[in-house]
Amino acid sequence: MAEVSLKGVKKSYGRVDVIKGVDIHINDGEFVVFVGPSGCGKSTLLRMIAGLEDITDGTLEIGGRVVNELQPKERGVAMVFQSYAIFPHMTVRENMAFGLTIAGASKQEKEEKVAEAARILQMEHLLDRRPSQLSGGQRQRVAIGRAITRKPAVFLFDEPLSNLDAALRMDMRMEIGRLHKQLGTTMIYVTHDQVEAMTLADKIVVLKDGEVMQTGAPMELYHEPANRFVAGFLGAPSMNFLGVDVLDLDGEAATVGNPSLEPIRIATRGRQFRKDGKAILGVRPQHLRAAQPAKGMLHGTVVLAERLGSETVVDLVLRDDRKLIATFDEDKIFEPGDALELSFDTALAHLFPDEG
Amino acid sequence: MASKLTLSNRTGWAFALPGFALILGFIVLPFFFAIGLSLTNQRLISPNPTQFVGFQNYQQLLGLAVVTLEPERDDAGEAIRNEAGDIQYPRLREITRSDPQYRGMREWFRWTSGENARIVIASDVVFMKALVNTFLFVLVVAPVQGGLALVLALLINQKLRGINVFRTIYFMPVVVSIVVVSLLWRFIYDGQNGLLNSILQGLTFGLFQPVDWLGNPSTALPAIMAMSIWQAVGFFMVIWLAGLQTISPTLYEAAAIEGASKSQTFRYVTWPGLRNTAVLVLIVITMQAFALFAQIDVMTNGGPLDSTQTLVFQSVERGYGKQDISGGSTISVILFVIVLTISLIQRWLTRERY
Repeated sequence: MAEVSLKGVKKSYGRVDVIKGVDIHINDGEFVVFVGPSGCGKSTLLRMIAGLEDITDGTLEIGGRVVNELQPKERGVAMVFQSYAIFPHMTVRENMAFGLTIAGASKQEKEEKVAEAARILQMEHLLDRRPSQLSGGQRQRVAIGRAITRKPAVFLFDEPLSNLDAALRMDMRMEIGRLHKQLGTTMIYVTHDQVEAMTLADKIVVLKDGEVMQTGAPMELYHEPANRFVAGFLGAPSMNFLGVDVLDLDGEAATVGNPSLEPIRIATRGRQFRKDGKAILGVRPQHLRAAQPAKGMLHGTVVLAERLGSETVVDLVLRDDRKLIATFDEDKIFEPGDALELSFDTALAHLFPDEG
Repeated sequence: MASKLTLSNRTGWAFALPGFALILGFIVLPFFFAIGLSLTNQRLISPNPTQFVGFQNYQQLLGLAVVTLEPERDDAGEAIRNEAGDIQYPRLREITRSDPQYRGMREWFRWTSGENARIVIASDVVFMKALVNTFLFVLVVAPVQGGLALVLALLINQKLRGINVFRTIYFMPVVVSIVVVSLLWRFIYDGQNGLLNSILQGLTFGLFQPVDWLGNPSTALPAIMAMSIWQAVGFFMVIWLAGLQTISPTLYEAAAIEGASKSQTFRYVTWPGLRNTAVLVLIVITMQAFALFAQIDVMTNGGPLDSTQTLVFQSVERGYGKQDISGGSTISVILFVIVLTISLIQRWLTRERY
């Protein structure tokens, strides 16, 4: 059990900065997910916490102790890798007891701890198998088991589900969530999959190009994204962004519009805009509703409709040739070429500065 | 169903034919020839017709017996001793000449039990010496060369500036012909002013007495072993290196996080990961060591006092030197059986148990 604290942590390879000064505080027992696109530095950050990569600058504390210069084994962390990294020549039992074997634990202690971990992971019947006789999900469970037996202060997961197929991924995701509730240990989990991030995390850290974009609870990030990147990264299908003109400004809101959008008032949430300037309007596809003809805020034409049963995803082209995606909760039939009027709750829309 | 492969069968065979012909002519046929000839009395050039002799060649090579010699006794029944106090025995020849069972056999080595002398006699003592030398060579060279190659591979399997220079240096002897290497090492081992003697004398400030490394029966075989290990160690180093690089880096990272020390990492990650490479290296080294020939041919010609005779050298020596084709063939067949047996045993010992 431990807090983890990163202060101004940086990582450079030669002149290339991959982590550009990251401050994150992780409370004891918290489940934190680092999420971001490929190459954002999330895995590097995790490996720095594990001790597999040097820290160029800044301090890393685990349990109130600065561990920058400590070997991985002295940091009290356990790690689960994307490629499982279980030892192919050992049985499941030997794999799970590996850390204890290294530490020179007694046979009895190993038996007890492996039995306990196997019970937690419901894999008692697999203990005498070799990794080659296991499925991907089972292998990952062995890797998690190996982490559990050492009772680490912090669990680190590096994209543990990326090598599994979709159905298995969901099972394992739930299992990891359950495991966290059961053990109550601090866990840091790296993924590029926003669904894993949203479902598992107590706190999400969104990273981009080695910088923290936003930190917060999943719903906080979903409903109150700090910037356009976070808004676009979380949620599927991702948020629609429309270029709009700022027609009018008053204290807390701006009136915006464009050729296919009726002028509407959107809260600025403290962001700065210029009258007659440009801005980006963000609307989630789920927040769009079909409106009565001639009463909608957005006017478009259906290009493609995907019926998933539980929902319908519609690709639209607006009057000014801009693309838009809308999803409807029920199974609706749209034909390509149909005119469609849409409206949305302006309180759920976001306005971002136009940076480019 | 006719696929493109079966349709183009004729073309395929046409392409493969030269290769097949070469393999057939130079590997398959000679192999069966050797087995066939070992059962005859074929000579390289002979006016007499070849005759089938069954296993006579094998008996001639492998014939072994132990005879006991009682000491010569005086009238009182006491063993006669010479001036130095050694017991006097009758001459071995008296037995081997009189008993048709031992005809033509000569003494290989002897030991005494009580007052009696027990003598191992062999119908072909040189072959026996060659057999023992070959086994000694394999027993020393295989583990030392394999182990040394692994140590070198571990050393050069690092990301260091200029590591390729070391890789090249270690690999260089492999590209040089063994004949050239042997010639050079003859100078190094020279008894008068060889490099090795000079270095040893320099290091001991002249206290070291020069040794004629290749001219002394007790140092000739070890000298050849040392040179052979040096020459091919780079080759096996590269094979080990290839094996090392197939081990996933994440396994090392996992071991590091679990707290494994360097030696534990080697024991639990590196060595198990090299299992298949180890089998390959072991079998290849063993086969190569059994085939020891060029070094002997260039450096010692089997001498001094037959102390560096080997099976392959004897096979060639007999077949071409003495024009005894059947004898040479017999030795190569025996060598084949030995190497096959040992390889199968090695394969079985190192089989996958899971």
